[in-house]
Amino acid sequence: MKILVPVKRVLDYNLKPRVKADGSGIDLANVKQSMNPFDEIAVEEAIRLKEKGIATEVIAVSIGEAKSQETLRTALAMGADRAILVTHDGVAEPLAVAKLLKAIADEEQPGLIILGKQAIDDDSNQTGQMLAALLGWAQGTFASKVEVSGETVNVTREVDGGLETVALKLPAIVTTDLRLNEPRYASLPNIMKAKSKPLATKAPGDYGVDMTPRLTTLNVSEPPKRQAGIKVASVDELVTKLKALGVAA
Amino acid sequence: MKTLVLVEHDNACVKDATLHTVTAAAALGEVHLLVAGQGCAAVADEAAKIAGVAKVHLADDAAYAHQLPENVAPLVVALMADHEAFLASATTTGKNIAPRVAALLDVMQISDIIAVDGPDSFTRPIYAGNAIAKVKTSDKKLVITVRGTAFDKAAASGGSGTVETVPGTGDSGIASFVGAEIAASERPELTSARVIVSGGRGVGSGENYHKIIDPLADKLGAATGASRAAVDAGFVPNDYQVGQTGKIVAPDVYIAVGISGAIQHLAGMKDSKTIIAINKDEDAPIFQVADIGLVGDLFQIVPELTAKL
Ligand SMILES: Cc1cc2nc3c(=O)[nH]c(=O)nc-3n(C[C@H](O)[C@H](O)[C@H](O)COP(=O)(O)OP(=O)(O)OC[C@H]3O[C@@H](n4cnc5c(N)ncnc54)[C@H](O)[C@@H]3O)c2cc1C
Ligand SMILES: Cc1cc2nc3c(=O)[nH]c(=O)nc-3n(C[C@H](O)[C@H](O)[C@H](O)COP(=O)(O)OP(=O)(O)OC[C@H]3O[C@@H](n4cnc5c(N)ncnc54)[C@H](O)[C@@H]3O)c2cc1C
Repeated sequence: MKILVPVKRVLDYNLKPRVKADGSGIDLANVKQSMNPFDEIAVEEAIRLKEKGIATEVIAVSIGEAKSQETLRTALAMGADRAILVTHDGVAEPLAVAKLLKAIADEEQPGLIILGKQAIDDDSNQTGQMLAALLGWAQGTFASKVEVSGETVNVTREVDGGLETVALKLPAIVTTDLRLNEPRYASLPNIMKAKSKPLATKAPGDYGVDMTPRLTTLNVSEPPKRQAGIKVASVDELVTKLKALGVAA
Repeated sequence: MKTLVLVEHDNACVKDATLHTVTAAAALGEVHLLVAGQGCAAVADEAAKIAGVAKVHLADDAAYAHQLPENVAPLVVALMADHEAFLASATTTGKNIAPRVAALLDVMQISDIIAVDGPDSFTRPIYAGNAIAKVKTSDKKLVITVRGTAFDKAAASGGSGTVETVPGTGDSGIASFVGAEIAASERPELTSARVIVSGGRGVGSGENYHKIIDPLADKLGAATGASRAAVDAGFVPNDYQVGQTGKIVAPDVYIAVGISGAIQHLAGMKDSKTIIAINKDEDAPIFQVADIGLVGDLFQIVPELTAKL
């Protein structure tokens, strides 16, 4: 079976986002952008399924500006076989992204689509679930273990109370949590090889999807800053403080 | 407008998260609830008593026993014919179901709101809480997830809603529940605790965690949490994780022990009223947000603190 892996280019997770002075958003000019960490985990999982002989082909997809090519090349260098870039310069909301991914899934007929559970920029945590709804497929979100056997995939999910396992009929959607795997680094030879792997460029219009956002961002601001407080010098002082806070008798 | 709130429950009791979400819904209009589950009539009765609730829709069916989104989402969609807004808590259950509902209604979900600014405008954190966005929707119906720490709890009693049974929408046949490992704990729940003691990589091992963190938490009647590094290293299970991709907490007092204060961790706890940090590195970023800091070796400080309380 084929596996589709949507990957998103986001502000590198090591960087602290800066809010633009005019309140229109986050300043992304000249800052390092990388693959969303959850999507690296998704790519890794797909490649492992191919290495186990369960998947036959891994296709990475990204929706975004032309530079998202770099993110796709990273996925190819990790081991994806080919890539599709749907270029779009403005805001791409999860609903629109899910509609594009549905159209691509209709064409490619994958057995599994593995997404990140959330993108670390907008933190929406929606795209996978929306795609599952549009395709009418089952969903295994926040996965920490994925086991494919025959026509079924068993997904162990990280839920608020602990862990939960569901059995899903294939084709299905999986979204990755942090502990699913540790993504590999692409080796230099593989980075070179990735340059010649196929990368198709498309436009939302090719799939008949209207990208008009439903949400308007009125304003983006910095959260109230916490002030650093005081340092105490001893445990006794800390005990006094805790008593003053009323949490210790 | 008429709102529909998904009640979170274990087929026996209403979870606290729902009370916070009811408060957010009440800011939009009339509050109706949905209790979908199996053998959950008692939950519906309990939910009807929540202050401000007008009506509880009860769907009692084996298909809803485990909150499978493939089954619950179509039920919500059917009920949305008579409601203008659907709200779920931003818990793993709510986050699993709400986007599926949104897509079926062709609506763009508004995730993790921290304020209701108007009938179509909301405030939500983005970039791990490093920025706050105000957004306005043009959709006719609303689908929203609610960050519990940002809304007070509605009173659990005083309401007199009516309970109405609604027909189920069947089993999708594409997903089934296999099993769960849900940790039972005597301690308060992380997301509603007044005091939290969290341990990070500095604690060193699971054994140390239970030797050092647990006794302090016991003394304070606190919940216990952890950083991602502590969870990844296997000191404690995943449900302990606080942060951007774990639980969002805002207790009265948060005590961070051997936690450096990465932005992804801060995202989960920086709205705590008082933050206390214990770390041997005086330059650790956690001290930039801590109200009270103590620099030193946690293996010495924490047992001494526990003994003196
Ligand atoms: C203040 C603000 C400013 C914004 N500025 C911009 C901007 O300048 N440019 C812009 O494009 N958007 C912008 N957006 C929109 C925002 O980036 C989208 O809403 C976001 O792309 C979708 O949410 P998410 O990625 O958090 O989805 P999630 O549902 O959290 O994503 C989950 C998973 O879906 C997949 N996925 C999501 N998006 C894509 C994609 N594009 N391609 C491939 N896979 C994907 C990935 O596997 C990802 O891990 C802005 C939003 C706000 C609030
Ligand atoms: C996509 C993504 C999502 C993430 N989500 C989360 C999340 O939800 N939650 C989260 O916590 N992290 C998250 N992280 C990880 C985060 O970036 C940090 O790696 C993590 O928080 C570090 O944990 P820590 O502070 O325990 O470990 P470290 O950063 O290693 O800090 C350990 C601290 O312990 C101190 N220490 C060591 N020994 C002692 C001693 N004897 N006495 C006193 N102090 C001592 C050290 O000085 C140090 O400051 C995420 C990362 C990514 C990329």
